[in-house]
Amino acid sequence: MNKCMERLYNGIIKENPTFVLMLGMCPTLATTTTAVNGMGMGLTTTAVLVFSNLIISCLRKIIPDRVRIPAYIVIVASLVTIVQLLLQAFIPSLNESLGIFIPLIVVNCIILGRAEAYAAKNGPVESAFDGIGMGLGFTLGLTCIAIFRELLGAGTVFGVTLIPEAYKITIFGLAPGAFFVLAGLTALQNKFKMPSATNGAGGESVLACGGNCSHCSGSACMANHATLETRRLQAEEDALAAKKAAVAQKQTELSAKLDKKDN
Amino acid sequence: MKELILVIVGAALVNNIILSQFQGLCPFLGVSKKTDTAAGMGGAVIFVITLASFVTSIIYKFVLVPLDVTYLQTIAFILVIAALVQFVEMFLKKSMPSLYQALGVFLPLITTNCAVLGAALTNVQKEYNILFSVFNGLGTAIGFTLAIVLLASIRESIEDNDIPVNFKGSPIVLITSGLMAIAFMGFAGLI
Repeated sequence: MNKCMERLYNGIIKENPTFVLMLGMCPTLATTTTAVNGMGMGLTTTAVLVFSNLIISCLRKIIPDRVRIPAYIVIVASLVTIVQLLLQAFIPSLNESLGIFIPLIVVNCIILGRAEAYAAKNGPVESAFDGIGMGLGFTLGLTCIAIFRELLGAGTVFGVTLIPEAYKITIFGLAPGAFFVLAGLTALQNKFKMPSATNGAGGESVLACGGNCSHCSGSACMANHATLETRRLQAEEDALAAKKAAVAQKQTELSAKLDKKDN
Repeated sequence: MKELILVIVGAALVNNIILSQFQGLCPFLGVSKKTDTAAGMGGAVIFVITLASFVTSIIYKFVLVPLDVTYLQTIAFILVIAALVQFVEMFLKKSMPSLYQALGVFLPLITTNCAVLGAALTNVQKEYNILFSVFNGLGTAIGFTLAIVLLASIRESIEDNDIPVNFKGSPIVLITSGLMAIAFMGFAGLI
């Protein structure tokens, strides 16, 4: 039980996917026009994340290691399709306003990241709690950004008017506003020296790629590339050296034979 | 012909994939430190999105619609894209090593780039036929490349500027992208 609580704390506060790990930036900026949308997106992602963690954790001993990523993608894509159909049937308004970002949950790095980093190594119960924690952390981050944007852009929070019509700044509800609000929030994080991927103080993620989308410059891939390249060169050199050695040996044998003949 | 040009302009400038649709932000913020890496990423994205738009629209038209399983589009598209990226990587490695040198590093990153899946899904949503899908994909990718190369060159030139301490690093990049988004909003009346 203690471990489950620890997973919740870890997901919501310590490794908050939005503020600390900076994962899943696309839905974070795109769907936070109003607090309701942001929360809806967060909860939808949470639902997918909990079930994907649960299923992947149950199947972790069956899925062969080499095809695990395609297997994860199929599982996540099926869950996303189910969630999309449910939303279409029961909350059509949310489905309408989130639009293409519901199918795009498939490529949200949080989901594959948690599958790879946690669910593939731990039991189903802990994995499900990890999913709940991470999902709620994501929901919290999205709702927080969305509240700022809705308040500044439309003067309302969850539809309740707080700022009179004349004082609202429409740009915060539009695309550029998303960048500005996130910039302000990350600057505040820097100011108070809070751990975050943006100032290098965030916890190192254990994903193969580092899991730090905002600082990724393909460097992991590049390093991989370099390693492979040096390994290939090394192998080529070794092969060449072996060949040379073989030739030299043959030559000495041949000369020895010749010497014998001469004698 | 005129409609095709309009589709390209619309996808590249008016509905810019990054600055107004918010898809593919991770490479946009991550791979934009140097102009040449940004251009390499852009090249790889143009290549993959155009090809993926073509293949996914064929699959949609000739497999999913006849079998009446269009609700499987998300699963089908992501698998097709993942396979396609692997295939492109192998093909480039074997037959065009020079192009592979330039783009190869970025190819694995592209599978989980939401711009690719996003472009494929948009084609279906807007009910484009195969030709229009390819051109929409091309336009989308051109818009991506334009935005990422522009951001990279801005980032290179503000590197030594006197930025407030707390805004150093990603906040200033986000603000730059916000200003670029405002500039791109000016294209809204173009079509």
